[in-house]
Amino acid sequence: MGISKEEVLHVAHLARLEFSEEEVELFTTQLADILDYVAQLNELDTSKIEPTYHAVPMSNVFRKDEVKPSSPVEDVLANAPERENGFFVVPKVIK
Amino acid sequence: MQFEAVIGLEVHAQLTTASKIFCSCSTAFGAAPNTHVCEVCMAAPGTLPVLNKKVVDYAIKLALATNATIHPVAVFARKNYFYPDLPKGYQISQYDLPIATGGYIQIEVGSQTKRIRLVRIHMEEDAGKLIHDEHRPVSFVDFNRTGVPLLEIVSEPDIRSPEEAVAYLKKLRAILRYLEICDGNMEEGSLRCDANISIRPLGSKELGTKVELKNMNSFKHVQRALEYEIRRQTALYLDGKEIIQETRLFDVEKGVTVSMRGKEEAHDYRYFPDPDLVPLKVDDQWVEDIRQTLPELPDVKKERFMKEYGLPAYDAEIIISSRHLAEFFEACVKIFPKPKIVSNWIMTEVLRELNREGKEIHETKLTPELFTELLKLLEDNVISSTAAKKVFSEVYKTGKRPAQIVEEQGLRQESDEETLRAICQKLVKEHPKEVEKYRSGKKGVIGFFVGQVMRETKGKANPKVVNKLLTELLESE
Ligand SMILES: [Zn+2]
Repeated sequence: MGISKEEVLHVAHLARLEFSEEEVELFTTQLADILDYVAQLNELDTSKIEPTYHAVPMSNVFRKDEVKPSSPVEDVLANAPERENGFFVVPKVIK
Repeated sequence: MQFEAVIGLEVHAQLTTASKIFCSCSTAFGAAPNTHVCEVCMAAPGTLPVLNKKVVDYAIKLALATNATIHPVAVFARKNYFYPDLPKGYQISQYDLPIATGGYIQIEVGSQTKRIRLVRIHMEEDAGKLIHDEHRPVSFVDFNRTGVPLLEIVSEPDIRSPEEAVAYLKKLRAILRYLEICDGNMEEGSLRCDANISIRPLGSKELGTKVELKNMNSFKHVQRALEYEIRRQTALYLDGKEIIQETRLFDVEKGVTVSMRGKEEAHDYRYFPDPDLVPLKVDDQWVEDIRQTLPELPDVKKERFMKEYGLPAYDAEIIISSRHLAEFFEACVKIFPKPKIVSNWIMTEVLRELNREGKEIHETKLTPELFTELLKLLEDNVISSTAAKKVFSEVYKTGKRPAQIVEEQGLRQESDEETLRAICQKLVKEHPKEVEKYRSGKKGVIGFFVGQVMRETKGKANPKVVNKLLTELLESE
């Protein structure tokens, strides 16, 4: 199995994480170990086994389409580093 | 060299449920920023999403209406990416186990019916809204829209022209509106469309490099953006230049598409099943229950209108495009059983007013009773067709009875033969020279006499009767 250093850096970037050179080395080895461990499952023939869709054997948990009060806007904005007229303010982003 | 376009559309339809897909916040449009927001839509630690059953009902409705295959097990998945309009850092969507796959939407191309196949229909949550400051380098975030339920409808690349793309969108919108699950308003963003488009030499089976188009928020924009993109790609092809796989935005002002350079990182969403949500199981009984609630759908209605009322395909397609308009038509025909006259008036006068105001028929003062009363007045020759149009716009504006408008404005047409004959006789006597001309073969002179009668009657004479009477008088002797 294994994982390359480039893949580790790519995944780290996708998660917006920055690591030191030593950390990258360490995580590359650790992630490779984890992948190898899990890869043992590939030895089993699972072609006739229904996939486990969820760890809890449950399905169809619903709510009714009913409106309930939302949170007070003060609470919603409580942790905002910057706000203006009820909006969160963020650095300008253009999609 | 001839080219053909290969187009696939990805449509997002906002559902008209009262509450959001995974929490009880309201979906109402236009509230003050961040007032329809709770811990769940903001992804506070320790909260759990719970699926709104109605969203599944609506998804099943659309799947049935498009002949898609509904899957007995469906799973929600996380689509991971960072963007300020996405509080969780992922969007709850569906990936390898969507609620439905396959199916098709039927469109009219010329006089041919064409099926545009669907890849899939899946449920997901909407993101928040960003407003960019024009002067400062900041954006404002409103999370009210976060978690509003969406259906994503992905078509196969079966579309071959901008016209077909618009026909597909209009039919899809009609279906959504018939089902009453989405209001279909493109300008307000409750129906959004992205397109994948490539070109290839006509006859070729290979696919060219596709470009993704975004930011088209009306049927007209979709049409213009695709037309522009076909021209752009054709020119590149003919110049031997490379067509780059990229996302391009439609610039409404300039009517061009612009590359979205910068954010061109390859998509790597790392989808995985959302452990916060248990699988969804849809059994036959549920599907059957929903099937019972389906209204008559646009294509079926169209067939019926053609058969039952003898409408041409073109007329039927226009009238069924809105469920309200179709209902209005049928109500009219019940009172005034001349379908072609009703449809002609709907397609000209009525639609002109509706389009001008961007309204649906049930939002106006025009009722089947008022409308058919007007058609009856015209039919009975009480008013001329010119006067009828005048009365129509008045009825449309005010909701007044047509008969009342006719009286108030003195629009009643003079059709009484005795009265008109007397006038005609008098005029024939007064203009011996013209009579002579007519009798020597210049039949066109009758126009002169009709004009004189109109002048005499202040335009109220029934031209049909006048013509008949004048011909009789001039031909005699
Ligand atoms: Zn909420």
